[in-house]
Amino acid sequence: MTKTITIDGNAIPFEDGQTIMEAATAAGVYIPHLCHHPEYTPHGSCKLCTIKVNGRVCSACTFPAAEGQDVLNNTKDLNDDRQKITQMLFVEGNHFCPSCEKTGNCQLQAVAYHLNMLDNHFPHFYAHRNMDASHPDVLIDHNRCIFCTLCVRASQQKDGKDVFAISGRGINKHLIVNAQSGQLKDTNLIATDQAAHICPTGAILIKRTGYTVPIGERIYDHKQINEVALAAEKENDHG
Amino acid sequence: MQQFIQNLAAKHQYQATHLLEILREIQARYHHISADAIELLAPLLKIQRTQIISVVEFYSFFTDSPRGQYELLISDSITDHMLGKKNLMEYIVGKLKVSVGGVRGDGLVSLDNTSCSGMCDQGPAGLVNGYALTRLDEPRIDAIAELIDQQIPLADWPAEFFQVDDNIQKLGLLLNKQIVHGEGLKTALARGLKATLQEIDQSGLRGRGGAGFKTAMKWQFCSEEAETERYVVCNADEGEPGTFKDRVLLNSYAHQVFEGMTLCAAIIGAKQGFLYLRGEYLHLVDKLQSVLDERRQFGLLGNNILDRLDFDIEIRLGAGAYICGEESALIESLEGKAGIPRNRPPYPVSQGYLGKPTVVNNVETFYAAAAIAVNGGDWFASVGTQKSKGSKILSICGDCARPGIYEYPFGTTMQEILTDCGAEDLLGLQIGGPSGTFISNQEFDRKLAFEDLATGGSFIVFNNSRSILDIAHNFTHFFAHESCGFCTPCRVGTSLLRQQLDKIVDGHGSAGDVVALEELCQLVKTHSHCGLGQTAANPVLTTLERYPELYQSQLKLISYEPGFDLDAALETARRMANRDDAGAHLAQTDVE
Repeated sequence: MTKTITIDGNAIPFEDGQTIMEAATAAGVYIPHLCHHPEYTPHGSCKLCTIKVNGRVCSACTFPAAEGQDVLNNTKDLNDDRQKITQMLFVEGNHFCPSCEKTGNCQLQAVAYHLNMLDNHFPHFYAHRNMDASHPDVLIDHNRCIFCTLCVRASQQKDGKDVFAISGRGINKHLIVNAQSGQLKDTNLIATDQAAHICPTGAILIKRTGYTVPIGERIYDHKQINEVALAAEKENDHG
Repeated sequence: MQQFIQNLAAKHQYQATHLLEILREIQARYHHISADAIELLAPLLKIQRTQIISVVEFYSFFTDSPRGQYELLISDSITDHMLGKKNLMEYIVGKLKVSVGGVRGDGLVSLDNTSCSGMCDQGPAGLVNGYALTRLDEPRIDAIAELIDQQIPLADWPAEFFQVDDNIQKLGLLLNKQIVHGEGLKTALARGLKATLQEIDQSGLRGRGGAGFKTAMKWQFCSEEAETERYVVCNADEGEPGTFKDRVLLNSYAHQVFEGMTLCAAIIGAKQGFLYLRGEYLHLVDKLQSVLDERRQFGLLGNNILDRLDFDIEIRLGAGAYICGEESALIESLEGKAGIPRNRPPYPVSQGYLGKPTVVNNVETFYAAAAIAVNGGDWFASVGTQKSKGSKILSICGDCARPGIYEYPFGTTMQEILTDCGAEDLLGLQIGGPSGTFISNQEFDRKLAFEDLATGGSFIVFNNSRSILDIAHNFTHFFAHESCGFCTPCRVGTSLLRQQLDKIVDGHGSAGDVVALEELCQLVKTHSHCGLGQTAANPVLTTLERYPELYQSQLKLISYEPGFDLDAALETARRMANRDDAGAHLAQTDVE
C-alpha cells in the first residue's frame, strides 16, 4: 500500500526519504519556493515554502514526509506571510524590475506576482552593493542577490568547482567568489558552468544575452511560476 | 608571518576543524586576519579560502582590517547600561582618543562595543585582547590609558582589573552537596550504566539551557544510534545577556561538570568530548586545562578510566557569536565553520559533530547529572514541581542589592527571589534574557518553572527608574546584531524590527506604526529558522502586551510619517546644486 500525507485535504502519496516538497511536486502540488531546486541538496533558507505540518510551522523543502502528516499549504494565512517574506527580499536588496534584464525570467519577480504582491510594504534598506563585471562572460550584480546559495551548490555539486560562497553575518550577508583578488575573472568559472545559469534572480547573468529573448516572450510572461515549476518537474521525470 | 602560520597549522595538526582556534591565535598576534594570512592558511588546512573568509566575517572577534595592539571591547548588555556604560564609553573615547569602532592613529588601541560579556554582576565590563575586564570606572580607565600609552604587556597590568568574583549568594540542592571527584562515575559503574540512565530518567532532569528537553531521553536516543562513533559536547557558550551561572560553575565546580560529561560518555559510548567555551571566558581556559590534567592524573579522564572507559575532553573556544549557543550552530562552529543552525531533522543525537551522533547539553545539566548519579533520581525529583523537577541555578543582576548566583527549587515565586536579592521599588523583571519574557510588578506571584516562567538562568531586575522602551530597544538591537542571516524572516526581519522600534522610540512613529510593529513581530516569530529568530520579537511582544499605552503614547497625532528622513534624502541634491538655503530643505511632515 502506498504511504500518503494530506495536503490541504487531499491525499498525496510519498516514498520514504522524500521531503514534503518532493512529494507535493511529484503529485502536481505547487509550494512556493526560491532557494529550493529539485536537483540540489535542500537549503531551507528563503522560507517561502513554509507550511504547517500538524499545526507546526516547517520548511517543505527540508522536512521529511511521514505517515500521518496533515499539511496546510495553499491557505490565505500562509500565502499572506509568504508575500511578506517576498517583500522582505525585495526591500533588502535593490530590485528594479523594469530595468533588469532578467525581468520575465526572474523567479523572485514571478513568485511575487504569484503571491499577488502589489507593493514593497516595508521600508527599503537602500543597501550599497557593488557589481563585479570583471569576468569576460559572466556578470555579478550583488544588488539582486538573495543568498539562496544555488550558485554555491551548483558550483560544488554539478561543476565540481568551488567558485561561490556566502559570507558575512546577519544583514551584512554577501556573496563572495573564490579568488585571491576577490574578482570573478580570477576564478575558474566559465560561462557554461551550471553555477552561471542557476541564479533565480538577476544576480548572476551571462553577458551579451540579456535581450536575445524579447520582453513579452519570456518564461513568466504568459505562465505563472507554479505552472512552470510543475511542468519542469514533469519533464525531468519523463526526460 | 609565513613561519608563524606554518607552525600554527602544524601545532593544530592541519585540522580544519580547529579553524577558530587557529584564527584566534592569528588575531591575537597580528590584531587582524589579513588576506595574506588566509592565502597561507587555506592550503595548509586543505580548505577553500572562501571558508576562512566566511568564518572571519562571521565571528565578532575576528577582523579583516587591523585593530589596535590593545583591542578594547566594552560590553553592551542592558545591565552594563544600567551601571553607567553610556557615560563611561564617552569617557573612554575622550581619554583614549579613539572613536567607537575605530583604531587610534598610532595603532596602539582600538575600541568597540561587544554583546554581553557575562559579567553583569560586576560591570560595566569589557574585554582587552579577549581577557575579561570587570568593574570599569573612570579611575580604572585612567589607569588603563596610562598602561596602553606605556605599552605595558597585559601580564603586567594590575590583577584586580581582571578579577572575576563568583558572587555565590544562595546555595541549594546542588551547590550544597558537592560530589567527591570520581564518585559519580564510580557509583554509576557499580550500579550499572543502564540503571544509572534509569536514575537520570527518574530524576526528571530537563536541559538547563532553557529548552528543557528531557536529558535521559536525549542520552537514550544517542546511545541507540547504529553509528558507534559518538560525541559529548558541553555547551558553555553562555551568551544570553544577563546569564553568568556557567561562568561560576566552570570557575569553581568544573570537576563535577566534567564528571557529568564523562558519565554521559560512558552511557552513550563516546570517546571524545568537547567543552565549547564562549570566547568571552578566555580567562577560564588555563584553570580548566589544569582541572582536565588533574582528572587525567586521578585516572578519571583519558585512557582506561576506572578500568572501564576511554574518554577525553578538549576545550574549544568560540569567537563572539551568540547564535553558537544553538546546538547545531555550535556543532558547525566546532567543525570550523560559521555558526549557522542546521536544518532539523536530523537532530544532533543522530547526526551531530562530523555527522556522528552527538549529545549537546548545557554546563548545568552535566553538573546536575553527576550529582544524580551519586544521590539517585528520587533525591533530585523530591524537589521542585510536578513538571519541573529539581532546582535551577540563576544569575541575578540589575537593580538589586546582592547580584550573583542563587539556586532555587523549581516552583519558587518571583517575590521570594526578589526579597532574597534585595530588590525594591520594582518596575519588572526580565526572565530568561532578551529571548525570554518581561513580567511586570503585578506578576511576582508567578513561579520559576518550565510550565510558568522558564529560564536558562538569566534574571534581570529593573526598578522604577528604568524605561521599558530602553529595555526593548537594547534587546531588539542585540538580536539584529546577532542574527546569523541564514533565513529571510530573521535576517531581514530583525533589522526591520530594529528600524521600526527606533522609529517609534525616537518619536517619529505615527498612527498604524505600532500595529505594523506587532505584525512584523509575529512574522519573525512564526517563520524564523531557529530559536534566535523565533524569540527575537519577545522583547517587543512581551512589553507591548503589558504596556500598550506606553507604545501608543510615543506616536504622533498625524496619520502617516515616512520611515526615512526626507531632509537628509535631499543632501546629495543640495551638494550638487551647491545650495543650502531654506528652499533647499524639507520638513519631515506638514503638520505637527
